[in-house]
Amino acid sequence: MGCRCSDSFNRNRLSAILSEYQGKSGGLIPVLQKAQNVYGYLSEDVMLKIADGLEIKPSVVYGVATFYTQFRFSPVGEHIIRACHGTACHVSGAENITRVMTDKLGGLEPGGTTADMKFTLDKVACLGCCSLAPVVMIDNDVYGRLNEARVEEILALYR
Amino acid sequence: MQKARIIVGLGSCGIASGGKKVYEQLQQGIVSRGLDLAIEETGCIGMCYNEVLVDVILPAGKTTYKQVIPEMADRILDEHIVEGRIISEWTITQEDEVCLDRQQRIVLRNCGKISPESIDEYMEQGGYRAIEKVIKGMSPEMVVDEITLSGLRGRGGAGFPTGVKWGFANKSIGDKKYFICNADEGDPGAFMDRSVLEGDPHSIIEGMLIGGYAIGANHGYIYVRAEYPLAIKRLKIAIEQARTHGFIGQGICGSDFSFELEIKEGAGAFVCGEETALIASIEGSRGMPRLRPPFPAISGLYGKPTNINNVETLANIPWIILNGADGYASFGTEKSKGTKVFALAGKIQRGGLVEVPMGMSLREVIFDIGGGIAGTGKHEFKAVQLGGPSGGCIPSSLLDTPVDYDSINQTGAIMGSGGMVVMDNTTCMVDIARFFLNFTQNESCGKCTFCRIGTRRMLEILERIVAGNGLEGDIELLEDLAQNIRRTSLCGLGQTAPNPVLTTLKYFKSEYESHIKQRRCPAKACKELISFAIIDERCKGCGLCIKVCPCGAITGEKKKLHVLDVDKCVRCGQCVAKCKLEAIIKVDRW
Ligand SMILES: Cc1cc2nc3c(=O)[nH]c(=O)nc-3n(C[C@H](O)[C@H](O)[C@H](O)COP(=O)(O)O)c2cc1C
Ligand code: SF4
Ligand code: SF4
Ligand code: SF4
Ligand code: FES
Ligand code: FES
Repeated sequence: MGCRCSDSFNRNRLSAILSEYQGKSGGLIPVLQKAQNVYGYLSEDVMLKIADGLEIKPSVVYGVATFYTQFRFSPVGEHIIRACHGTACHVSGAENITRVMTDKLGGLEPGGTTADMKFTLDKVACLGCCSLAPVVMIDNDVYGRLNEARVEEILALYR
Repeated sequence: MQKARIIVGLGSCGIASGGKKVYEQLQQGIVSRGLDLAIEETGCIGMCYNEVLVDVILPAGKTTYKQVIPEMADRILDEHIVEGRIISEWTITQEDEVCLDRQQRIVLRNCGKISPESIDEYMEQGGYRAIEKVIKGMSPEMVVDEITLSGLRGRGGAGFPTGVKWGFANKSIGDKKYFICNADEGDPGAFMDRSVLEGDPHSIIEGMLIGGYAIGANHGYIYVRAEYPLAIKRLKIAIEQARTHGFIGQGICGSDFSFELEIKEGAGAFVCGEETALIASIEGSRGMPRLRPPFPAISGLYGKPTNINNVETLANIPWIILNGADGYASFGTEKSKGTKVFALAGKIQRGGLVEVPMGMSLREVIFDIGGGIAGTGKHEFKAVQLGGPSGGCIPSSLLDTPVDYDSINQTGAIMGSGGMVVMDNTTCMVDIARFFLNFTQNESCGKCTFCRIGTRRMLEILERIVAGNGLEGDIELLEDLAQNIRRTSLCGLGQTAPNPVLTTLKYFKSEYESHIKQRRCPAKACKELISFAIIDERCKGCGLCIKVCPCGAITGEKKKLHVLDVDKCVRCGQCVAKCKLEAIIKVDRW
């Protein structure tokens, strides 16, 4: 999948985002966040345009973007699965849940995306629902008190 | 008399347990029955283990139903609302209520009681009266003194006296000052701040207004981690409501005090919870800590005097103003005043949020309120982890330690933000140390050599120990690295990164030695050191284990003894969970 920023609709949206923050201090991170919302990830092209628009060096944009784990540099699947590996989830068997997840998604390892671009699987460090550990978040929905058997059940909702 | 209504718990836990469906089902039922009954939502009451919680408030009183699923909605409406009969088998038990009674709710005073999306309900509980009192009758210095007198210490981890900090920022000179709320809550296993943000967002706004007034700041930021979308949504609603009611903007409460408030969403970096890194992040840079001094009170955001407080710290402020410093200081111990919220999680019976006076013992919190170890009594308490990646594991012999800053520090752990992850005898302490080192190693910003590379080396050593390849001398090597990382790191992340290793070495050294010398994991948690076996006498040949095994390691005919091929088994443990007869067990591999 190539970069989608060439289509004019999305290009306009990037310009709109940029104009909102031009000349304002502290704008780079919100711009990157909004750009990622539009494109799903930050391509080199988008980062260069952001550097241009905010009049900062591309190396600075890249440096900031790669510092924060929220930013992605390759296309993501339709659904993002965030498997919690925080302390509470770790002691409650998160490792097994993620492993079953990998099995059910055709060997998809954390950090990767399925070939059909349906699912991206990520490990995260705590979703704040620790009393329901182990926890997995798919898009914006949180699923708690998981066990191996329930993994397929929740995946099925998104297949 | 209260008006008849139904309240559904819709904090993150409530939603994760299916609260929205319960809400919809109840709503439809109310409409289809034509009932004169309001339905509302609320935040976290702390009994997360009982979600979905539904309160039914009738003139006759309040009833709380627990673990409600959509299918229960009709019966609640028909029997309780229409016929007036409480369905006693579904209500919370006396035990649940005792847990609430033993708490002292200051920070959580409104959580789970009011609708977080209604400023009116917040104001009915005395909300925004503290800022009014401050503006109409107190000078900034009087506010600083009051908070100092209360003995409130910062709840973000370090425990620095809040009033003293405000005093510095108040005296600091600048044409502009900032007041920041630290809602980055990065400790994996802690969720107090999330619950307050989701359950009572106005209390944070009011706390910030009072703080802004006290130090002379007219601009505030709330730095929230991106993983908390519901908290962000509710804060946005609350800020808009506060603006329409004239609590944010120009001329607050008819005075010349003005205050603007913005939300900044974090982008995923634990180190941004550190105050100078947080400031760099708001400024749009990489969130890397810098040397202090200058402290933010002198030169903070954009070089201006800045004060940073944690969410829970701020939630205390309006209460202190309304109830007085003495009222607050009447709770707690000599050096740790007031209450502390703890997030109970891990292998605990009643996971959730509790707020208790400082000085209560760990045993009371974990056993009397939290109900002890989860499950049917098969497992025993081993340790409680306090303070997350900066903290440590406290063993059962120290369960009578009171929870206050100084006593917890003496154990080698830290109070931290209040995450308490309970562990039982199936948790391996070496693996926990590895887990935290993996975390800090990942999150190190990379500025200091020992924090960047030293944590990596420690992690490698721990990884080889849990894999059964530990070497003679590894323990000493870990201790040596730990001391150097502590001494040479710039910020709290590096300085405290060795704590999980040091505390487990202090209290559970024999577990390290078993791994290294005997290649044995006493908790039978480390995969490389165990294998699985079927106990002949117990297996009845039901075949359930075959179905779940991902690699065909188990074979056997129906109703006959099954066998497990150790060479094919990848040690996932799924069969153990599945076998109803407990016929499959973990055994030492070597
Ligand atoms: C690595 C690191 C992470 C931190 N994370 C947080 C955090 O998530 N939330 C927080 O309130 N304080 C955090 N702190 C503490 C803050 O630096 C700061 O002390 C605190 O926000 C001050 O507020 P308080 O005085 O109200 O506690 C962290 C400190 C360090 C060194
Ligand atoms: S101690 Fe670690 S996280 Fe802190 S500044 Fe140094 S390298 Fe960065
Ligand atoms: S699940 Fe247990 S009882 Fe059933 S076949 Fe497997 S080992 Fe035997
Ligand atoms: S532990 Fe996993 S791989 Fe091994 S026999 Fe059981 S189910 Fe199969
Ligand atoms: S540790 Fe998994 S949600 Fe907090
Ligand atoms: S989120 Fe509902 S009780 Fe905790």
